[in-house]
Formats: sequence, structure tokens, C-alpha cells
Amino acid sequence: MSTEPQIDVSQILGHFGPYGGRFVPEALIGALEELEEAHRSSQLDPTFVAELAELHRTYSGRPSIITEAKRFAEHAGGARIILKREDLNHTGSHKINNVLGQALLTKRMGKKRIIAETGAGQHGVASATAAALMGLECVVYMGEEDTKRQALNVARMKLLGADVVPVTSGSRTLKDAINEAMRDWVTNVETTHYLLGTVAGPHPFPTMVRDFHKIIGEETREQVLALTGRLPDVVMACVGGGSNAIGIFHRFISDPSVRLIGLEAGGDGVETGRHAATITGGTPGVLHGTRSYVLQDANGQTVESHSISAGLDYPGVGPEHAYLHDIGRAEYRAITDEQAMHAFALLCKTEGIIPAIETAHALAGALQVGNELGKDAIIVINLSGRGDKDVNTAADYFGIPLN
Amino acid sequence: MTALDNLFTKVRAENRAALIAYIPAGFPSQAGCQRVIAAFIAGGVDAIEIGFPYSDPVMDGPTIQAAAVTSLENGTGAAEVFQALATASAQVPAVVMTYWNPIERYGVNEFSAAIAANGGSGVITPDLTIEESQGWISATDNSAINPIYVVAPSTSDARLAQVTAKCSGFVYVASVMGVTGARTSVSTGAADLVARVRKTTSLPVAVGLGVSTREQAKGVAAYADGVIVGSAFIKALQDAPDEESGLAAVTELARELSKGVREGR
Repeated sequence: MSTEPQIDVSQILGHFGPYGGRFVPEALIGALEELEEAHRSSQLDPTFVAELAELHRTYSGRPSIITEAKRFAEHAGGARIILKREDLNHTGSHKINNVLGQALLTKRMGKKRIIAETGAGQHGVASATAAALMGLECVVYMGEEDTKRQALNVARMKLLGADVVPVTSGSRTLKDAINEAMRDWVTNVETTHYLLGTVAGPHPFPTMVRDFHKIIGEETREQVLALTGRLPDVVMACVGGGSNAIGIFHRFISDPSVRLIGLEAGGDGVETGRHAATITGGTPGVLHGTRSYVLQDANGQTVESHSISAGLDYPGVGPEHAYLHDIGRAEYRAITDEQAMHAFALLCKTEGIIPAIETAHALAGALQVGNELGKDAIIVINLSGRGDKDVNTAADYFGIPLN
Repeated sequence: MTALDNLFTKVRAENRAALIAYIPAGFPSQAGCQRVIAAFIAGGVDAIEIGFPYSDPVMDGPTIQAAAVTSLENGTGAAEVFQALATASAQVPAVVMTYWNPIERYGVNEFSAAIAANGGSGVITPDLTIEESQGWISATDNSAINPIYVVAPSTSDARLAQVTAKCSGFVYVASVMGVTGARTSVSTGAADLVARVRKTTSLPVAVGLGVSTREQAKGVAAYADGVIVGSAFIKALQDAPDEESGLAAVTELARELSKGVREGR
């Protein structure tokens, strides 16, 4: 049933075609080499693999289930819509997969302190959780703007024992939180692991974070085959940095009949310039240590992104996505704030599931693609996170008064 | 041979270190940057680094970050960087320091050619690794300018040899693990790192990160060929009540530092 992927897009020195690589101060090279080696050796170490599998089973709750969304599907041209329920993982999103893996690697490298960046707070909460579980010190950098948008997650991180540092430079969002985390890392690299939360950054992060999330697609493929007897026609996911999307895409890359579609944050619309759709509206460049698509101006300065979703509000994207786009293996579309919020409300009312606003971008994409393909299609959506953290934003958007 | 190469030949003959001063283009304004360059020259600096301000300066501390924000608000782009470079290089050897993306965006060959056309001796690229340097090395070869790399205390001996082999002009030694900014003391690790670098290359070695006083410059000049000062000049400008007194402070600081680089040996 399960054949190994035939296309290995992870090439030497962390390049994906012209993308990826390492653009960092020399001070970090030693730590990146150490991390690359720790990751490589851990993958071949049965003890490490078993320890992570045990955490998945007994702590995060894997395998996550799939749910067929029949009432939601009525609005998607009658296509079969299958949700991969990463929202049911401990801490409420896919982020825990990567965090547990990297926290184990932190211990393997003998480091006692982790730092992390966070946008929506999901990765920060997951990092704080893993740090609490494994007895590591944890500092989370979060744009000041995002600490306001996601106050509930800030409180969660503090309850879990993490220090949350509001970042007041630049646009005060995810991009600037990454800058500040990298400054901390350059200064404290001997004792500290930078637990990067997405498939971006310098090698080995894009490959390593992908490896920790690819279990999503591996489970999904078996579950969908068992449920429907065939491969899906389309696999969809939202793309900010792109970790949940790579996680569910990766096992399907070698299945040529399966369309892979990433949904980027279109904000007010790509044509307005106020968006975070990096592949749709950006150009190749280098940001945060990797070459990929970037929202940038004529001088190579990063342009601030805009999205109702803090987790997608990032002017870069993982290099493997840039490569999958260029070779035509995956498609990327932009979903506006308005389209995402429509899909958000629809899933709440038709399925009794409140999704993360990030995830709602993928749901909006499924409404489009379902109507394009009709009722014979099978569409899988990575339901990457739950929406509890977004209730304030959604209430505000829909005019629901909060006392 | 670039003007920078000639400078290091000269200071070695004089048995002293060179004083290299940093200012971002467009800071405190486009015209103000021209005046800062004049203040550097008046204070006796030996070479000037023109910074290309960047939106995501992960190697820089708060002082240079703030200067970059001001510079970008002043509309600084490649044209303004090259203009400042031309002003500086007309008087002393001058280089540009920039994160990699502005070079890639401008065009690797075009950027290198523009540096040479504006009298620049080289470019310092703090986030360009040697693995990603193939196009850049051939571009700088073609333009006959110096590609200058930054090494850190965490750089292994084996890696130092690889990096300095790609370098010309000088090797930029980051004295501490961390970001730019004035410090009360320059790490003793800097001397060790300079010694390790010298085992791999005969190139001049210049030390940056944290130098702000004559005493510190003197201490570094004891073992390095160049002393790089950035944040201290920017702070002098930021702390001054007006531009005139800021420029006077820059000249005074440069005078003190240029004494320091002559007292080290």
C-alpha cells in the first residue's frame, strides 16, 4: 500500500533547487552544523525514534483522526471533504509535532535553554509546553502587536512557565520576533537552541521541521485510503511559513495524481499590496537565513505583510514551497481575510468545529476547489489548528459583543 | 591592489593599527551623512565603512537598528549608498557593509561593478556564507574589489581556514558572540581569535564589535591590524542635542581613537 516517495526534493547542503541554503553570520555556523548532525544521527537512532513516537502516542494524542465534513461539503460543490484533525493535538495545533522533536534534540545536544518566535502564539505555546515537559528554560519572542491580538496565548505561555518577550522593533509582528530570536541565539548559542517554528530559516531547519511534520501526511494517506479506497484528488493547507502544508504534502509529492494546493493569506487582496501571500505576490530573495520568495521592495528591503491571521502574517515562506511552486508540483492561491472569515463561520455552523483563522484560509480554498471539481472529487484539508485563541478576533469581526 | 590593500601596507610600515569608522548611508540624513564623513576625515580615521541599511538587521544591536530605521525613513537605497561611498572613497579607502539580500536584489555582478565604479575597495557581507558565495567571489574578482568576511569566536580552526581563503582586503573579526553595540570591555577572546586567524592567513585582521574608547582601541591595536568602530559614533550623534554638536563629538571621538590605534605597540 505504502511506497516510499520517489522524488527527494531535499538536496545537498539544504538546497531545494535555487532555494534554501544558509545565509547567516559565521557565529551560527557551528550551531547549525551541530544541529544538522544531531538531527541526522537521531533519525537513525531507534531509541530517539521510539521516544518521539511514544510522546506522540501518549502526550500529543497521535495519530490524529480524520473527519468527513458532509454538511460543509454541501457548500463545496458536493465534493467529499475530509479534515485531518491536527486541531485535536495537545496544545491545539500541528505545532506540537515539531516542538517535541526539537526539544528532544535540545536535550540530545546537552543544551538547557530554548528560545522561540511566535506569531499567533501556537508555536510559542507548543514550545512552552515542551519546555515544561522536559525541564528546559524557555523564552518566547512575540511581536508586541501580536501579544495584543493573541493575549490568551500570552497568558497560556506564562502559565506554562515561559518568559514572553514583546518585540517592539519593526512591524512588531512575527518577522521582528524572528529577528530578535536570532539576535538572542547569536549571543547565547553555546547554551541555547533556537526552536524555530516553521520550515524556513537556514539549513537544517526547513528539512528538519519538515521531517518532524511529515507524519501528518503519512497518517493522512493511510487514513484516506482506508476510508475511501483511493488517493484524494487534492490535498490543501494554509501557508504562512508553510510547516503544516509541508507536513501534509510531503508524503503525497510522489503521488502525481494528487494535486497539492497551498492557500496563502491574501489580506485585503494581493492587488492592494496589503497581504501576506509571499509566493503569489513576492519575488525570490533572502530572508532569515534562507533563499525563497520574499515580500520585498526594489532595494531588497522586506515589505511588511498584512493578514487577519497572526500565524500567516509573515513576508517569507519556506524554501521547499518555493521549489514545489517553481517546478509546478504544488499550486498556491491567495485567500482574502473576507473569504477566510466566511469559511471560518461556515465550518463553525456546519460541522461544530471552530478552526484557527489560519486554517480557515485552507477551508476557503476548499470551497473554491470543490466547486471547480464537483461531487466526484475527494479533497483533504489539513485542519491545522483550533480557533479558541481567535474567538476575540472573530467576535470583533462578526460584531458579536463581548461584555 | 585596492586602496584598502595599500592602506594596510602603510599602517604595517608605521607599526600601528588602522582606524576604520562605520556610518550607515542616509544617517542622520543624506546631507548629514556627508558631514559625518567629513567629521571622520577631520578626526583622522584611516578608512570608512558605509552601511547599507536593511529592514531585518539580525547582527545589529539597538543603536545600529535605530540608525537603520532612520536611514530607511530618509529614503536610502542603493543610489544613496553609492553616493556616500563615492564621497568617502575620494578621501580615504572605503567599503560598503551590507546584509546579503540588497546585493542579490540589485544584481550580484552589477552591485560589485557599482562598488568599483564609485571608488569602493570592497564589501563586508556579514550574513553571506562561503557556501553561498560562488557568484559573489567571481563578481568581486571581475571588479577587482575585496570580498570581506566576518568570523566569530565560535568559528572553528578548520572553518577559519576556509573562510579566510575566500577573503581579501582584511578579515573582519567579531570580538564577541553577539550583536553590534558599544561595550564596557572588549572580550579577551578577541586576541585569541586574531591569533587563530593569523595561523590561517597573512591578510590583515581588523576587530569590531564593542570598541568605543581610546583605551579599548589601544588594547585592540596591540594585536590587530585594524580597529572598527560603529555604534559609538552613531551613539555620539544620537545623544547630541543638535547635529553640529554631534559632528563635533564624532570628530573628537575619532581623534581619541586614532591616538589609541597608534599607542598599542
